[in-house]
Amino acid sequence: MTFLPKPKLHHPSLATNSLGYTRRDYEGAVSTLCAGCGHDSISAAIVRACFNLELPPHRIAKLSGIGCSSKTPTYFLGASHGFNSVHGRMPSVVTGANLANRDLVYLGVSGDGDSASIGIGQFAHVMRRGVNMTYIVENNGVYGLTKGQFSATSDRGAKSRRGVVNNDAAIDLIAMALQLGATFVARSFSGDKEQLVPLIEAALKHEGAAFIDCISPCVAFNNHEGSHTSFDYVREHNLAVNYLDVIAGREPITVQYAEGAVETVKQHDGSVLRLRRLANDYDVHDRIAAMTYLQERHAAGEIVTGLLYVDPEPDDLHHHMNTVATPFNELDETALCPGATALEKLNASLR
Amino acid sequence: MLQSAERVTGLQRVNDFVVKFANVNGSGSASANALFARAILRMGVPVTPRNIFPSNIQGLPTWYEVRVSEAGHLGARGGGVDLMVAMNPQTWTQDIASIVAGGYLFYDSTKPMPPSKFRDDIVVIGVPLTEITNKAYSDSRQRQLFKNIVYLGVLSALLEMDVSEIEKLLAEQFRGRDKLVAANVQALHMGRDYAQKNLDCPIGLTLRRADAVGDRIFIEGNAAAALGAVYGGATVCAWYPITPSSSLAEAFTRYCNRYRVDPETKQNKFAIIQAEDELASIGMVIGAAWNGARAFTATSGPGISLMQEFVGLAYFAEIPAVIFDVQRSGPSTGMPTRTQQTDILSCAYASHGDTKHVLLFPEDPFECFEFGALSFDLADRLQTPIFVMLDLEIGMNDRLSKPLVWDDDRKMDRGKVMTAAELEAGKDFGRYLDVDGDGIPYRTYPGTHPTRGAFFTRGTSKDRRARYSEEGPDYAENMLRLLKKFETAKQLVPRPVARPAQQATRLGAIYFGSTSPAMNEAEQMLGERGIHLDLLRVRGFPFHTDVKSFISEHDQVFVVEQNRDGQLRTLLVNELEIDPAKLTRVLHFDGTPITARFITDAIADNVDSLKIVPLRKAVP
Repeated sequence: MTFLPKPKLHHPSLATNSLGYTRRDYEGAVSTLCAGCGHDSISAAIVRACFNLELPPHRIAKLSGIGCSSKTPTYFLGASHGFNSVHGRMPSVVTGANLANRDLVYLGVSGDGDSASIGIGQFAHVMRRGVNMTYIVENNGVYGLTKGQFSATSDRGAKSRRGVVNNDAAIDLIAMALQLGATFVARSFSGDKEQLVPLIEAALKHEGAAFIDCISPCVAFNNHEGSHTSFDYVREHNLAVNYLDVIAGREPITVQYAEGAVETVKQHDGSVLRLRRLANDYDVHDRIAAMTYLQERHAAGEIVTGLLYVDPEPDDLHHHMNTVATPFNELDETALCPGATALEKLNASLR
Repeated sequence: MLQSAERVTGLQRVNDFVVKFANVNGSGSASANALFARAILRMGVPVTPRNIFPSNIQGLPTWYEVRVSEAGHLGARGGGVDLMVAMNPQTWTQDIASIVAGGYLFYDSTKPMPPSKFRDDIVVIGVPLTEITNKAYSDSRQRQLFKNIVYLGVLSALLEMDVSEIEKLLAEQFRGRDKLVAANVQALHMGRDYAQKNLDCPIGLTLRRADAVGDRIFIEGNAAAALGAVYGGATVCAWYPITPSSSLAEAFTRYCNRYRVDPETKQNKFAIIQAEDELASIGMVIGAAWNGARAFTATSGPGISLMQEFVGLAYFAEIPAVIFDVQRSGPSTGMPTRTQQTDILSCAYASHGDTKHVLLFPEDPFECFEFGALSFDLADRLQTPIFVMLDLEIGMNDRLSKPLVWDDDRKMDRGKVMTAAELEAGKDFGRYLDVDGDGIPYRTYPGTHPTRGAFFTRGTSKDRRARYSEEGPDYAENMLRLLKKFETAKQLVPRPVARPAQQATRLGAIYFGSTSPAMNEAEQMLGERGIHLDLLRVRGFPFHTDVKSFISEHDQVFVVEQNRDGQLRTLLVNELEIDPAKLTRVLHFDGTPITARFITDAIADNVDSLKIVPLRKAVP
């Protein structure tokens, strides 16, 4: 970590988006994570994605659990409300927050310990309820803050820095998210900005439960020979099935693509995802096929990355609950209180 | 026929007795028994029914005890049953044993029973109910359900009930289904006619029309609390099923469907989530309240245990939350369907670290509604979790209660929330700044202002402007401010209610919650024995200064509770620094509701012992 405060001044020619914000307006405090930590790259990708999407920073709520990854919301989106909640319980807090105000953008940041161990129940249920949020797991296979214990996403046979071998089977959060009905499922790598930034953008635009499992090497405890989440290992075993560009509805499409290699997915909010297919037979709309493909490639020792599944017309929790369009936190007595006359009528029925 | 009429003179009482129904769970008796209680109410005579039920869906024994009291005593009376309606062979022996001498037994005499199964000091009334219903109905479910209505008909004759009140209730219950009404009325008269033809009606226990109910209503505490949440503006309810609190969330659902659906769009101004567990329920409540909605959960003891970590976070991060705790006896494999006041300490000091929480103790449905609505104002005003402490006795039994009242001018108190306009005007915002000297800081809802008022919510590693800090002085300052906020809470929670004795006394009693009716009755009974007590009903924690004054004004104070450890007493000793010797425990904790007789005996025994003059002083 660095001990220098961030300078408040910035270069006058720094690009602004249509809201007049520069990228610096989406940044947060200086990171206190280890130098070279994959999580910092994800924070940078979040900053870039929000800037690119021209989201007003104060209309984003960022929430997390406990752990290294869950500390990161301090390091991006300084003008947004943030909530560092309880270990493994960010999903329930987001669910409540989302019910209270459906008009904000919800970003949940978690880790593999936070989501695959202590919080696996809440992870599962937030996916199956279809809470409109972007759920990023910064997955490094270890517990960092408590000094390097294995997490539940560690592969069987992976070796810790001290040479201990993990004998337990790994939990694959992607497989769970697919099975539980998440409507946007992606995996990426903190070292691949070109893939990660558009995935975050697409997830933020997705109006349902969007899950990104982002492999993010831990330079302190899990970046050695024998680790399955080291920079070297992931680069070597990464099988990217696609890359994408996110185009907000109003922008003209100027990028040229080689014919046949591109698929266009229009999301419910009007944004367009242009998928540059690398594995030509991969269909992002086939949940069952995605599950099979991922299992096969995993057995072959490969880490599949890219947009793995998307439902362009997703449902969300508010839809299921048939809630009013006005955020609950704006409803007053007139809207909520049945009043004295109704109570007198009720009293009369109870005699 | 009155089998033992020659030998026993039955009790003679009008509008003052206890009837108990012994049934098999799942036999459909509940609705017939409820009709019995309501019909008596309609005759203008106060009744208090109690469900005594097992943790079971079908087959185990269940009881329904109805206390009839024109004098208006609503607490459990204790001391046996005056009329036992014994419909469950499984519990026959204990049911017979619970009848008072001179009391009555009403049973199904279809199968002859040996004389050894009866007692010779009670009046026995046998009616061949199974034979009657088997003759009248061919369908086995009908035979069972109508048997309940037939015995209701018999009772109407035995007790001289106004049968037209039962008929009216049946018509209301099955409105629009005339055939069903007619079938029930027919079964009712089948029983009534049999009794009038074959038995000496009425027996010594009779009902006479009175005017002792007034405009009071009949409602469960859980339903009243749920209605309080509707009136209090709650929009988010997250819960996990647990007896005896589930009916609170279910009642909230029912009332929201009635009152909170937008008439034009048909869309809901509420969201009710059955969460995956209690950890998630409280997490959702905290998330919703952090974001400016009013939110609550309903649970019981084991759920409170599971919520501990989040409750601590809400305390330190200062997030409003409302938790209805419908207390029961012990753990999940304990007696989940029995009543107790056993979560007082686990709620008052819930969670890790230095924490203290606000508790409210409603005595009846009226206060369940009142405190239900109030709790949301308190949660917002104090930015902290508020526990509304019901118990099974108040929560799951229909109880006669003052009609619920609402003032249409009443506004929600959303507490200190800084608005976009205030931020825009340059008002200084620091999330944990004590600007008003009451320990309560200002908060902002997420998304309020583009550049001002955003903050990061954490547990304790923060300074007063919510910046990350692990500095000792920052921590200590924050903790002292939280203590100051708790002082402020003393003025905001409902004040205790005093009930002075008829004549000056040095003895006092403190009680709370569902103990109320039994305590009031006990005070009368003790008065008749020459023991006078000033009463103080505690309605909230932290304790109002009135509580300390009350204790210091008396030589001896009885603390009457429904738990083993004297939990309120511990709280009084600990928080008010009272000499424990001054507070005498009166504890009832077998899972049944506390009774006036129990309190009277416990206090009378103690007072007598206080009067003993030590030998050294007596002999000069």
